[in-house]
Amino acid sequence: MPKIDDIAASARETAQKLGIKKYDVYGSAIDETSVQVDLGEPQQMKASQRSSVTVRVWNDDNSVGVTSTTDVDPIGLELALKTAHEASFFGVKENVPEFSPEATAPTAAHSDVKTPQAPVSKLLETLVEAEKELLAAHPAIKGVPYNGLAQRDIDRFYLNSDGAVRNEGHSFASLYLYTKTEEEGRKPRSAGAFRVSHGLDELDINGCLKEAAEKTISHLNYDKIKTGKYRVVFSPEAILSLIGAFSNLFNAQSILDKQSLSTPESLGTQIASPLLSLCDDALHPQNVGAGTFDGEGTPTRRVPLITNGVLSGFLHSAGTAKRLNTQPTGHAHMGSKVTVSPHFYHIFPGESAEQEYSLDTAENVILIDDLSALHAGVQATQGSFSLPFDGWLVQNGKRTSVESATVAGDIRELLKSIIYVEKDLEFTGSGVAPRVWVDELSITGE
Amino acid sequence: MQSPTLLISKELPRLTYQSTPDRFDETWEAPLSTLLGLGRAAGADFIEFFLERVNYISCMAEDDAITSISPRLSTGAGVRVFRGKADCYVSTNDLSFGGLKAALEKGLSIMGLQLPAPNSYVPEINLELLRDYAVKKGKESWLADCSSMREMGDVLLAANGELATQAKFVQSRRAVYFRDWQEVLVASSDGTFARDIRLAQSVGYSLLCADGEQRSSINKRVGSTSEPGFLRTWTYAKDAEEVADSASKMLYADYVESGNYPVVMANEFGGVIFHEACGHLLETTQIERKTTPFAEKKGEKIAHENLTAWDEGMTSGVFGTIDMDDEGMPAQRTLLIENGILKNFIADRAGSVRTGNPRTGSGRRQGYTYAAASRMRNTYIAPGNYSVDELFASIEKGIYCKKMGGGSVGSTGQFNFAVDEAYLIENGKLTKPLKGATLIGEATEIMNKISMCSNDLGLAAGFCGSVSGSIYVTVGQPHIKVDSITVGGR
Repeated sequence: MPKIDDIAASARETAQKLGIKKYDVYGSAIDETSVQVDLGEPQQMKASQRSSVTVRVWNDDNSVGVTSTTDVDPIGLELALKTAHEASFFGVKENVPEFSPEATAPTAAHSDVKTPQAPVSKLLETLVEAEKELLAAHPAIKGVPYNGLAQRDIDRFYLNSDGAVRNEGHSFASLYLYTKTEEEGRKPRSAGAFRVSHGLDELDINGCLKEAAEKTISHLNYDKIKTGKYRVVFSPEAILSLIGAFSNLFNAQSILDKQSLSTPESLGTQIASPLLSLCDDALHPQNVGAGTFDGEGTPTRRVPLITNGVLSGFLHSAGTAKRLNTQPTGHAHMGSKVTVSPHFYHIFPGESAEQEYSLDTAENVILIDDLSALHAGVQATQGSFSLPFDGWLVQNGKRTSVESATVAGDIRELLKSIIYVEKDLEFTGSGVAPRVWVDELSITGE
Repeated sequence: MQSPTLLISKELPRLTYQSTPDRFDETWEAPLSTLLGLGRAAGADFIEFFLERVNYISCMAEDDAITSISPRLSTGAGVRVFRGKADCYVSTNDLSFGGLKAALEKGLSIMGLQLPAPNSYVPEINLELLRDYAVKKGKESWLADCSSMREMGDVLLAANGELATQAKFVQSRRAVYFRDWQEVLVASSDGTFARDIRLAQSVGYSLLCADGEQRSSINKRVGSTSEPGFLRTWTYAKDAEEVADSASKMLYADYVESGNYPVVMANEFGGVIFHEACGHLLETTQIERKTTPFAEKKGEKIAHENLTAWDEGMTSGVFGTIDMDDEGMPAQRTLLIENGILKNFIADRAGSVRTGNPRTGSGRRQGYTYAAASRMRNTYIAPGNYSVDELFASIEKGIYCKKMGGGSVGSTGQFNFAVDEAYLIENGKLTKPLKGATLIGEATEIMNKISMCSNDLGLAAGFCGSVSGSIYVTVGQPHIKVDSITVGGR
């Protein structure tokens, strides 16, 4: 596989050969291995080494064209640059993307030390043992149908014809374990857990095992729930996935495209309970995949989005920042149309709560552990959601698993109906958050 | 005494192959038969190479401007190594002989095997004469015959202009198009050697309307395979009218009241219910994982006696049609359920090895980074004997699900999907639009509640995401009645 430096050098040389004066290139190379097992036997093992680059080319009329390719040898790069040049004549005439003004600004310190990949035999041995322990955790657990242990090295780079050059690399390992139960006369139940770290040695395998087992066992005692309005507590994972589904609230590109629940004028308005604060923080110490620059070479950073319930920031590319007269925030993905997305949400308490709540004493509260089918049940531009969930009905600390139900509402109403943001934060892989209490939401059961 | 015609492994570094770099033709036979032989000599039970080249482009018009035109070029290969029932899959961008050999070597080592010693004979695999669907079916010119970048832009701008004239309270309007051209070559140690060119195209609208706090968003896509001129024949005025009409009706719709209702589901994309609630659970991947309640039900009644369903890859031009699957097997027509009785599963090679069900030409994948898995193609409920009016007339109070969103099925057989456009049925008549509905249920229960199928089978293009990535499929059904289903709402 070509090295990142070689790809970058080849792109530069080819652009010069083709007489392309203005261009930039974002690329990455991935080396990954993963294993799955089934009842102690290897199921499928995968390995992949692949590279890809995206090139942007500006023509003499300053229109821009883009092409991406996985063919990163000189011939492939030449074809990509030529195709991008051809596409540039159909590029936008207004708000044409430009290089980021911060493409050469200093980035945060990055430890470019990769963890050596473990041999496949070690991955298999680890996963077989984890599966075995999970199966032994309760007689009802008859299988772990979805499981996987993976390790991945990623190198990425950005360069442009004005001399900006950045590159960095990191590695991580991940584990997921999802069980399935079988009991005579009972419906099958399922639960799981996920962990991610910088390498296999750091991976919290026991924590993952314990969480998957405890959750599974807690769902064995299940019951239907009556349809109605309930006080709802979102687990860290659930609230992060719900906020993630409505990221258009903070996405400057979506706002400019009128595909958002916010407008430029929303900044500074109260959109949530004062109890809630939210940042996007690519550089959070627990963000295993932290990158120090985005697809346009802009340094990443911590961006306050909601401060004590007030909408306090948007996520920007270089282009959206220019149009809204502010600074880019390091959230761009290079493309014909540059897109913007969050890196790593950090939810935490805002103003102090007048009343604190506890699941140990709460009555008739729904604790939502995991939301499903967000791709189908979220109307992101309308603000509404109707989603199946895994969770429990909690009565004075006693949890009864909910058999099958949906939760529905409007994200804007939900944010304003938050009555408590707990203090204890939990890392979930996609962000950090505490449990969040919402006064009332519609639950459909029986 | 050594035979001069036999290849010895120590000679491998001196071999030079002149495979055509930009076309998967007969020149790839020699290196691939050598590599397959090398894998077998190392002790693998089965080896398969999958080579892929992709030329993809997407284009988007927003309001009255083209805001994105994005070509993507991709080449890569994957090698799958079986040892007993276990397998591994290694993918790479490097299609040189050395690159493919390195991928094979990695796969072998993962399986605990190693390349033969330097003086070992390498029994090259005798591959069939190239079974070239691209040549046989005249597909070589497809890419050149597709719309140019300029034509894409012109059509989308005209289409988006039409939408502007049809829709009211428009907040944003988009017309989007993509063309996915793919050349594939499969060579495996059972002698399979087959090439195909596929062409998938899709075009559609995304309309967001707003009036104060009231909002509605409606998407519509159509898709086709094997029609280079597809974009030129897009009847966008008709689609614009339909999208504008739906958005207008849903703008002031009430939220659905949650509960259990009888529902009528529209034809075409309504078929997503069968896709999610049953189709996925008939894939051998699910049998392998023990995540389907139908694993032991072949020959048994699993659905209402009025229900018959198919999965096939042969209907001309529709989104899930393939001449061969990604394991080189010709497409088939597979009867899944006949009058409620489970007849067949959907099987790929690994699923066949591990479950004993025969392969059905259903080994599919998004691209070279994925191993093939058992996946659906064109999947639909067969038409029944009722008229649509009879379905509505049978309901006193229920929901008409006219336009479905996406959905999913979990490991315990629970499924869910969103309804983008719904209406209340009262005494057999549609009375008012409803929004915010999600349908949830259990596969084993719902299949016995599909009690009436009308005679108006319609198909629709869809995208299916699963273990081997996102693939193009068709869903379909006539109008159907489900006697009772849980509707999540407010």
